[in-house]
Amino acid sequence: MPEPRVDPELERALMAGRDYIGLSRVDGPLVFVRKTHPVGYRELIECVDAEGHTRLGMVLDTSDEVVVAQVFEGTQGLTMPGSRVRFCGHPLAVGVSQDMLGRVFDGLGRPIDGGPFPSRGEERDVNGRPINPTAREYPRDFIQTGISAIDGMNTLIRGQKLPIFSGNGLPHNELAAQIARQAKLRGGTNDFAVVFAAMGVKHDVARYFTRSFEETGTLDKVALFLSLADDPSIERIITPRVALTLAEHLAYDCGLHVLVIMTDMSNYCESLREISTIRGEIPSRKGYPGYLYSDLAELYERSGMIKGLPGSITQLPILTMPNDDISHPIPDLSGYITEGQIVFERDMSGRGLYPPVAGLPSLSRLMKDGIGTGMTRADHPHLASQLFAAYSYVKDARNLASVIGEDELTPLDQDYLAFGNSFEKTFINQGRNEDRPIERTLDLGWEALKLLPAEELHRVTDEELRRHYHGGEPLDA
Amino acid sequence: MEERIIGLVKRVNGPVIEAMGVTDARMLELVRVGQSRLVGEVVKLSGDGAVIQVYEDATGIAPRDPIFGSGMPMSVELGPGLLGTIYDGIQRPLEAIRGLSGHFIERGVTAESLDRAKRWHFVPSVQAGTRLEPGATIGTIQETSRIEHRVLAPPDVSGTLLSVAAEGDYTVTQTVATVRTVSGEVELPFFQRWPIRVPRPVARRLPLNQPLVSGQRVIDTLFPLAKGGTVAIPGGFGTGKTMTQHAIAKWCDADIIVYIGCGERGNEMTDVLTEFPKLVDPRTGKSLMERTILIANTSNMPVSAREASIYTGVTLAEYFRDQGYHVAVMADSTSRWAEALRELSGRMEEMPAEEGFPAYLPTRVAEFYERAGYMVSLGGAEGSVSIIGAVSPPGGDFSEPVTQHTKRFVRCFWGLDRQLANARHYPAISWLDSYSEYADDVKPWWDERVGPAWAVGRAEIMELLRREVRLLQVVKLVGPDALPDGQRFIIDVCSLFKNAFLQQNAFDDIDRYSSAEKQSRMLAIILVYWQRGAQAIKRGVPLSDLKRLKVIQEVNKMKFSYADDQLDELDRLSARLERAVDRLEEDHA
Repeated sequence: MPEPRVDPELERALMAGRDYIGLSRVDGPLVFVRKTHPVGYRELIECVDAEGHTRLGMVLDTSDEVVVAQVFEGTQGLTMPGSRVRFCGHPLAVGVSQDMLGRVFDGLGRPIDGGPFPSRGEERDVNGRPINPTAREYPRDFIQTGISAIDGMNTLIRGQKLPIFSGNGLPHNELAAQIARQAKLRGGTNDFAVVFAAMGVKHDVARYFTRSFEETGTLDKVALFLSLADDPSIERIITPRVALTLAEHLAYDCGLHVLVIMTDMSNYCESLREISTIRGEIPSRKGYPGYLYSDLAELYERSGMIKGLPGSITQLPILTMPNDDISHPIPDLSGYITEGQIVFERDMSGRGLYPPVAGLPSLSRLMKDGIGTGMTRADHPHLASQLFAAYSYVKDARNLASVIGEDELTPLDQDYLAFGNSFEKTFINQGRNEDRPIERTLDLGWEALKLLPAEELHRVTDEELRRHYHGGEPLDA
Repeated sequence: MEERIIGLVKRVNGPVIEAMGVTDARMLELVRVGQSRLVGEVVKLSGDGAVIQVYEDATGIAPRDPIFGSGMPMSVELGPGLLGTIYDGIQRPLEAIRGLSGHFIERGVTAESLDRAKRWHFVPSVQAGTRLEPGATIGTIQETSRIEHRVLAPPDVSGTLLSVAAEGDYTVTQTVATVRTVSGEVELPFFQRWPIRVPRPVARRLPLNQPLVSGQRVIDTLFPLAKGGTVAIPGGFGTGKTMTQHAIAKWCDADIIVYIGCGERGNEMTDVLTEFPKLVDPRTGKSLMERTILIANTSNMPVSAREASIYTGVTLAEYFRDQGYHVAVMADSTSRWAEALRELSGRMEEMPAEEGFPAYLPTRVAEFYERAGYMVSLGGAEGSVSIIGAVSPPGGDFSEPVTQHTKRFVRCFWGLDRQLANARHYPAISWLDSYSEYADDVKPWWDERVGPAWAVGRAEIMELLRREVRLLQVVKLVGPDALPDGQRFIIDVCSLFKNAFLQQNAFDDIDRYSSAEKQSRMLAIILVYWQRGAQAIKRGVPLSDLKRLKVIQEVNKMKFSYADDQLDELDRLSARLERAVDRLEEDHA
């Protein structure tokens, strides 16, 4: 029986500087090193190629015979005998500080804007730690985004994770940028910051966001982490983790309200699949690894608020649904973790509506506790419920109309069609720079409902009908 | 714990660790790995090797790290102090962990499951010198204002009682009884340990004939669950699995609720933690938290602890069942548990069956649901464990393995429907896909409580719903105008039933809970409308006049208007409805 390690801490510290020359195998982004000292699971490695460039990586599988590590910057140009590997004795950590705001970094957190390394505080493990559920503060602060489809129907709450399920060619970037520009807490403090993580997106998308922040003069409150389409795909595994590590520091140590935009989660998942396949793991659906759910949860769950701490992390992940299929594993598993979803509909976009937010599949789970008296307006919960119910009827009426023709519909069904059109054109549709206060959003909702007879509105109270539908004065005024 | 090195780490692959040089490890033994003492369990032994599943993040574990054995299987501590507590998947108290490691959960943190310092007031109920049978009650503790904790003899201890502590305050570890057994004297403290993967023994099972009344109309009236029964709630994301589970956890008439958040959102557990203490149980007037135990293993907590959390929860439930209580276990979601099995199985390089799930998935599902039942405990008390398991099928497709295997082992099925959820019809329990095999079993209870109307009305409305489906198919093709009034009326009655009865607003102070009596009266009113309306249409009353009756608006809103104690108001509403139809008939006579 081999001897147990006497003092692993000491041993690892001593071994950390040791270089291993030569790799035993290179396969895609993975390198295999034989006959090492005991190396810890998820330990950081530095792989130095023949030219002397250092690439970072992480241990995925460790045993007394062989260590398997993924190299974030890719294995291109590595030679088996000419490369050296150093094990650092600790997991990948980044130093984070508030000075990182206003700066641009690569996918591993190194500045690429030509500026110096920002002053760095404490080094933190990028994997984070799960928040103790008893330490969480239940999110209930309404964020006004100025977008009716969100504020009125799928309200965003501070500390929520609300993804945008989009498709290629749909204006998800525009919407995310508009939310970042317009989001504010009514009557509250607005010490905000934006952390932007780009995974595998194109240069012009990154430039679009940068310019959008520049135009509003908020660039000094934004930290960008860019792992663009031409960067090694494996780097994307780390990018959101680095971004979230900074976000946690800004929120829980500096007391800022942080909005984290992560785009595009589909690319992230594909990188995960790539590694899983090369390692020969048993796939689950569509070749994605069985742990995709847990892995995504590790990212998405790093949002929220903590009791007694001032800051918050609100996540706005963007993912493009392959072939617009919402049952594809990526949107499907995301939907099971996130607190709702904003779903884009290609048909609405085709009809020139912006934002093309599909009324029915979109949902905000935290909405119920953040709207109503004292938060938005007293009639908001019932109005939203009524709009959903009526709009769902519109879909049926439209289907029927496509079969028997609009003229054959009953007068009531025709009212519903009129309501549906008005709801989409005046309520959902709005300008890309239009910032609607919540009151305006709600009034527009009532305007649309006025196209329906009052007795159809089961989900609102008589008093709300009198006040908003018939335009009566409030009783207590 | 005694330090006994049973082997060394050979290989680390996520939560699965291969060990070498293993000498005396036992199958399913609780072990601790490495200097940070991560909790793990032996799941495989072969030669001098073993496979260990660790319940914490394995970052930093390296080959040749020592593995410490504990000599006992993965167990939970059972005793006073469980109620109102939130645990993780391996029964570590999260409040205490927060005190030790702050807002974030650090690795290797340990805290006792039951508070060792707290003193409980013990009242003995047996005397020294008597014979103590397994599972017998030794004494009682008033654990919360509504739950009397019965201190039970462990299932494996019997003999002559040598001494019993006098009434007084004791901690959970102090000896309160000494028993002379065949193998020597045994000292019994308040608490006992029980391995989570072994069902606690019972004397016998009883037939199920009492409903678990949830106050949710679609459940109690259409698809009832029996105490001791099992039900699956499958549904895609956003269809309201968690909301349905929360509603049942809040309002059902179980004595104890064990809520297992298995691989779900952190904020959902926080929601329960903040909301339950404020809510008052309609039956006892006490805070709901006094009857609730939470097991929180959120999606970002280690995956192997997720696998264990289900067993931890059901073991706690069995312990209270043995004390003679009715316990409802909410498992949200069993799919995450099955996925944890899949992930661990994959890491152990086992041969997969369907969709990568291990071949033993159906066995595990069956074992879990069989731990439910209405039992007579070893001590002679009657209690039950009901299991309400949420299932999260990928893409909302019920043909996937977890839903299908679960369906084989449950007798009640509440399928959640995407279309209903999209229209914000909650609870989105589909009346077409769902079924309950308990409906006949619980009929006598309803007959006694509200009379035979329940069973008759239930059958009648189910028949109407079935006829509506066929009619709606016609409407889809030719529009509603093509149908005669008599058939359109069926659609009208069903849509009234859906709006006024099936939909239930969990956030409305009145509507969130309906007593059995209120449910039965509401159903009766809708059937009055159906029977009298159908008659009126035959007599020449146009459907449009019938629909325009003012009283229909009142029927539509009756669930909000009248509380459980205003049954006479509902009777009056029914009378008003009859009169209104009478008048219509007179007008058209």
